[in-house]
Amino acid sequence: MNKLFQRAGQTAELLIAGAHVLDPRSGIDGPHDVLIKHGQIAEISPPGSTGTAERTLQAHGKHLFPGFVDPHVHLRSPGQEYKEDIASGSAAAAAGGFCQIIAMPNTTPTIDALPVLESVIAQAQRSAVIPTGVLASITAGLAGAELTEMAALADAGALGFTDDGKPLTSAGMLRRALQYQRLSGGVIALHEEDPTLSGAGVMHEGPVSARLGLAGIPSVSESTFVARDAALALFEGAAMHFQHLSAKESVAALAAASKAAENLGARISGEATPHHLTLTDEAVYSLDSRFKMNPPLRAEEDRQAVIDGLRSGVIACIATDHAPHARHEKEQPFEQAPMGTTGSETAFSAIYTELVKPGVLTLELLIERITAGGALYGLEIPRIETGQTANLTLVDLEADWVVGQDGYVSRSGNCCFEGRRLNGVVELTLAAGQLVYES
Amino acid sequence: MSHLLSIEDLDRAGIERILDRAESFAEVSGREIKKVPALRGRTVVNLFYESSTRTSSSFELAAKRLSADVVNIRAAGSAVDKGESLRDTVQTLSAYDPAAIVIRSPHAGTAALVVPWTDAAVINAGDGKHEHPTQALLDVFTLRRRLGSLEGLNIWIVGDVTHSRVARSNILAFGGMGAKVTVAGPPTLLPRGIEQLGAAATPSLERLHEADVVYVLRMQQERMESAYIPTLREYAQRYQINSARLRPGQLLMHPGPVNRGLELSGEAIDSDVSLIGSQVQAGVAVRMAVFYELLTVPA
Repeated sequence: MNKLFQRAGQTAELLIAGAHVLDPRSGIDGPHDVLIKHGQIAEISPPGSTGTAERTLQAHGKHLFPGFVDPHVHLRSPGQEYKEDIASGSAAAAAGGFCQIIAMPNTTPTIDALPVLESVIAQAQRSAVIPTGVLASITAGLAGAELTEMAALADAGALGFTDDGKPLTSAGMLRRALQYQRLSGGVIALHEEDPTLSGAGVMHEGPVSARLGLAGIPSVSESTFVARDAALALFEGAAMHFQHLSAKESVAALAAASKAAENLGARISGEATPHHLTLTDEAVYSLDSRFKMNPPLRAEEDRQAVIDGLRSGVIACIATDHAPHARHEKEQPFEQAPMGTTGSETAFSAIYTELVKPGVLTLELLIERITAGGALYGLEIPRIETGQTANLTLVDLEADWVVGQDGYVSRSGNCCFEGRRLNGVVELTLAAGQLVYES
Repeated sequence: MSHLLSIEDLDRAGIERILDRAESFAEVSGREIKKVPALRGRTVVNLFYESSTRTSSSFELAAKRLSADVVNIRAAGSAVDKGESLRDTVQTLSAYDPAAIVIRSPHAGTAALVVPWTDAAVINAGDGKHEHPTQALLDVFTLRRRLGSLEGLNIWIVGDVTHSRVARSNILAFGGMGAKVTVAGPPTLLPRGIEQLGAAATPSLERLHEADVVYVLRMQQERMESAYIPTLREYAQRYQINSARLRPGQLLMHPGPVNRGLELSGEAIDSDVSLIGSQVQAGVAVRMAVFYELLTVPA
């Protein structure tokens, strides 16, 4: 069953001429013409050798990548459409070069029952610019007390399950969900945080929180739950995914668990966000609420551990945790502002500028990780190969832009990279064979 | 300088300049007619989102002694109670064209946050557990008056450092004026990483005798309820500053309000080593000097 939903549209007829095509999985790395017919990659050939198409786009000097996949966005629908909705959130993702996104269920009401899920899917079929998957919640109302009808929700189109935004505090409840997963299928994705350790914390606990007088969220709040829940996944042979990892102890716990999983029939994976890869708690000195997110920006050594995890493959994919909030909500003192940053439109450029250009990560690795987010939910990773559906992103790596200067496609502007000059401008996105974004 | 948001907005020379001017304003406060015309025709808004006795009254008196018109807004009973946002409140009050807005809030960064929303000079009168720069200035003023200089002074700040904006501003101010600062308190109430502000940290009062000045912080009942300390009784046993713990020659300070018999014993408060009364007195003169610095000295 196809569990990605989007509005109907026209398939593209297009020749992208002369771009530097890079797809590490297909082994392509060089200038090619890519001909798209009826939304499919019809031909990949040496530059200048391809005939004509309905439309030819001269793309010499630009890079053509497989479309990016974001396994973690908040589209805020139903209930919080003043922050974002499926149309605006999917358009923002398309503008960031994404060809698939997966939406979180912490909406109002929670996506925890068939009627809610069905209405979200129907809305995605009407308005999603790019193929959009939906996770249902693990527990009713994210309250951690009763399991949702996971089997029925999976049958109705849920890609997996998460109480994202909140941890599943009860180990016993999580164990039941992992057992029930044998019936329902679907990965269980976890936001890891021990509320008794996080307390009223609003940022990473360390010298910066000590200076600012802000209550801290210690690294162990996340890592103790990662270790605990990984042990449960191993015990139950479950499929578990750790969302937005931020602490070096968590990366170490994930590394140990995913190694053990190989022999125990479990599947354990993790994701990292652009902001945890590029920023630290030092940014919070400004008390700018754009830097308030959960998990919080952590110390430099944590950032390095997350980068190392991404490089080694312990962390399999990049996820934005795109979390839009209205201006009046973020325009409050740091402690009162809600947690979250937008990220769809800046993910590639932020990592490219901060990590690839200085040589910390290779461009190939960035492309591998930013396209891998659907694989953990069983989705095929986009590839640039003849016969494949066109899921493509054209980027001008030489061009730069200032984040927020021309506004955002997202309905919200709470981007932690606001005002930064970033390299890499997404010029064109094709998703499921359709031209979904052009700058 | 156009705003006073953090004690870090001032270097040592800036602090000295304000305190020198505060000396001359202290003289005004000794006169029968305690008024100078420096801010005549100008308006000061005191916007207090948190209860306060000495800070709000001394800001009010300071502005009035400089002949400013003063408006006092308290969150309780104002439009804030009706759900008005901080931005809307500040912009509404700014329509009266105030020269300065003095703001107290339970949240860190509030004073800095409102700066772009007003043309007024913004003065931080305490933002959450972050900073209380005018308290630090009046504490430095009090010590400087008594001892001439803070250079080489050994100052111990004792108590609930985690929840204290006074501790944070004072560590920086005392250190900036050449003193050596140690913070002491229950390990649960010493924030991880506080040493990076330039203070030594210890859970023990064993070496308290080394202090020239003992600066005691307020302990609150709520800390017991959220398990930072087992009981107030044990806190008092371990950390109360009293005549048994003070050695002759040590000076005693407290930002107020004091919990008599908890963090400080009654006899210590009333003893002649206590500077608590001088601190309160210094509040008006120092805040006059802050207004003067921000509103009459060209940036």
